[in-house]
Amino acid sequence: MAEQENRSAPVTRRDFLRQGSRVAALTGLGGVAGLLASKLKAETLVWQIDPAKCLRCGRCATECVLKPSAVKCVHAFALCGYCELCTGYFVPEPNELNTAAENQLCPVSAIKRRWIEDPYYEYTIDETLCIGCGKCVEGCHRFGNGSLFLQVRHNLCLNCNECSIARACPGDAFRRVPVSQPYLLKTSYSHG
Amino acid sequence: MTMRGRSFYSLMLSGAAAAWNAVAEQRFPPPEFESGHQLPVTTVPPPRALWHEYADVAVLLLCLGLACYFVYRRRSRRSVLWLSVFSLIYFGFYRKGCICPIGAPQNVALGFFDPAYAVPLVVAVFFIAPLLVALFAGRTFCAAVCPHGALQDLLLVKPVKVPSWIETGLSVLPYIYLGAGVFFAAAGSAFVICRYDPFVPFFRLSGGLTMLTVGAGFIVVSMFIGRPYCRFLCPYGALLRLASLVSKWRVRITPDFCTKCRLCEESCPFGAIREPVPPPANPVELAPDRRRLGLFLIAMPALIAVFAFIGNRVAAPAALVHPTVSLAERYLDPAKPPPPKVPTPDSLALERADHDPASVLSDAARIRRRFSRAGWWFGGLVGLVIGVRLISLTLRPVRADYEPDRGACFACGRCFMSCPNERVRLGLLSPSEVPGAEPARSNTPPVAAGYIGKPKTAV
Repeated sequence: MAEQENRSAPVTRRDFLRQGSRVAALTGLGGVAGLLASKLKAETLVWQIDPAKCLRCGRCATECVLKPSAVKCVHAFALCGYCELCTGYFVPEPNELNTAAENQLCPVSAIKRRWIEDPYYEYTIDETLCIGCGKCVEGCHRFGNGSLFLQVRHNLCLNCNECSIARACPGDAFRRVPVSQPYLLKTSYSHG
Repeated sequence: MTMRGRSFYSLMLSGAAAAWNAVAEQRFPPPEFESGHQLPVTTVPPPRALWHEYADVAVLLLCLGLACYFVYRRRSRRSVLWLSVFSLIYFGFYRKGCICPIGAPQNVALGFFDPAYAVPLVVAVFFIAPLLVALFAGRTFCAAVCPHGALQDLLLVKPVKVPSWIETGLSVLPYIYLGAGVFFAAAGSAFVICRYDPFVPFFRLSGGLTMLTVGAGFIVVSMFIGRPYCRFLCPYGALLRLASLVSKWRVRITPDFCTKCRLCEESCPFGAIREPVPPPANPVELAPDRRRLGLFLIAMPALIAVFAFIGNRVAAPAALVHPTVSLAERYLDPAKPPPPKVPTPDSLALERADHDPASVLSDAARIRRRFSRAGWWFGGLVGLVIGVRLISLTLRPVRADYEPDRGACFACGRCFMSCPNERVRLGLLSPSEVPGAEPARSNTPPVAAGYIGKPKTAV
């Protein structure tokens, strides 16, 4: 409607400036789009924890915008010693080496212990319970093989622009990784 | 077995407790099972599939198109309202307020300044599409697509008029906030706009106490003041405002001509409708405005320089927002506390700095330099925004009719049905019921004799 009126009326200075600015803005947006497009070949990035830099401080459980956190403990089974006395499973100096709650390090009993063969036990994480506090990770790191470690679980992670755990991480262990390789996993036993 | 395990445990506890992160893991070789036990595989649940992201883009584009159709073709407030309810549910409560264009300028800034960061295609589209639409059709994104706007709009129960001097004073905030967001994103890869978003904690139904309190404050305020975040803070709204100032089409209250009944002005809860301003009877009246304009134009470079200097000064404390800079500061602090017996996250960070001070300090110095450079630009921008605002106060656009301000109008459509001429067009009123409905526009002066209302002096 407005345009038809304008066409019959002479172009005022104000309209001329407006049209000029619009063309300039369109060109600018086009430029931004072009510059962004020049990097589009690069992959989308997602947040992940580098297990080598993780200090197991426990902030993953408290800082995530999700409650419970999108960070969970994962288990590299090929790295695990299948110890009977698992220092990731049991509290220091446990009363008995059994599954009683007072013996377990995990505050939410998210680690399941299963006998395989004498004297080996398998430990599996129930991620629906895990809160990502890293207590088991600390036990396993300090006295065991380091087969338990923390990872951002991407089925849960909202991939915030600025990961609020990353901002609080004392080890600077969070970084953006390409979406095609979204995990930084520990794999297998390397020496000995 | 139990006893042996326990003594071994105590031995390890004494020996290895003080060891640093690089302590050797892998102490017990994995067993070779006689029972042929198969090791489970560590699961790697994938991120949200890409087609989901494209679906978000499709919904955005569809909603933008529909919003334009509802505002310009159907001229229907009700349709706009329902579309905004849908957007609130989809972009707000289903997508948890993330992805949204409000934070996207930060991604774009980081994409320009950090060569390692690539702006995802979806974010790029969310940044560009609403701006592109605004260049043609004004802020239809704000009207019905933005979940933040929809939430505030739906909460508005008892609108209170904001005095124009407050409105004018606060209207520079969005630009400054946008500048700050871009400044932090470019300098320190911190996303302040996302971090301090008042509504996303509500969409997620979880968040820190501070942000929930701020959000609750905004929600209470938005019951009485129309869209406080959109008007006085939204950084993306600042960009949309600029774009819609030069938009091709604009929201028109009346279908054909204005009877100057002022009903539309009352209907707008956002103070976006401007009254007619007659051309000055005597050019001499304009002299003080001209003098002020000249003064502001001359003062502008000085204003920019002063603020740029302040920005540069402020950048040093602002750099402490970055975790590496604050760690370096704490590491260099001569009065730093001794490490506690039970390590805390902060003492662990200090310990990390102790083990590799060179890299932490050089990183911190690099980030500080970036902050300091960005501080000049940010300060300059603040000066420019204030200067332009001052200059705009001296300008005196001539308006014949009641019109929505191009920049301030959210295209919500509330004013349409308040216009008697619109009701005549829709057949809800007969022309005889509307005083002054005869189209006598061409020969009436801009402010008609029948113009009701107290005379106001234009600024």
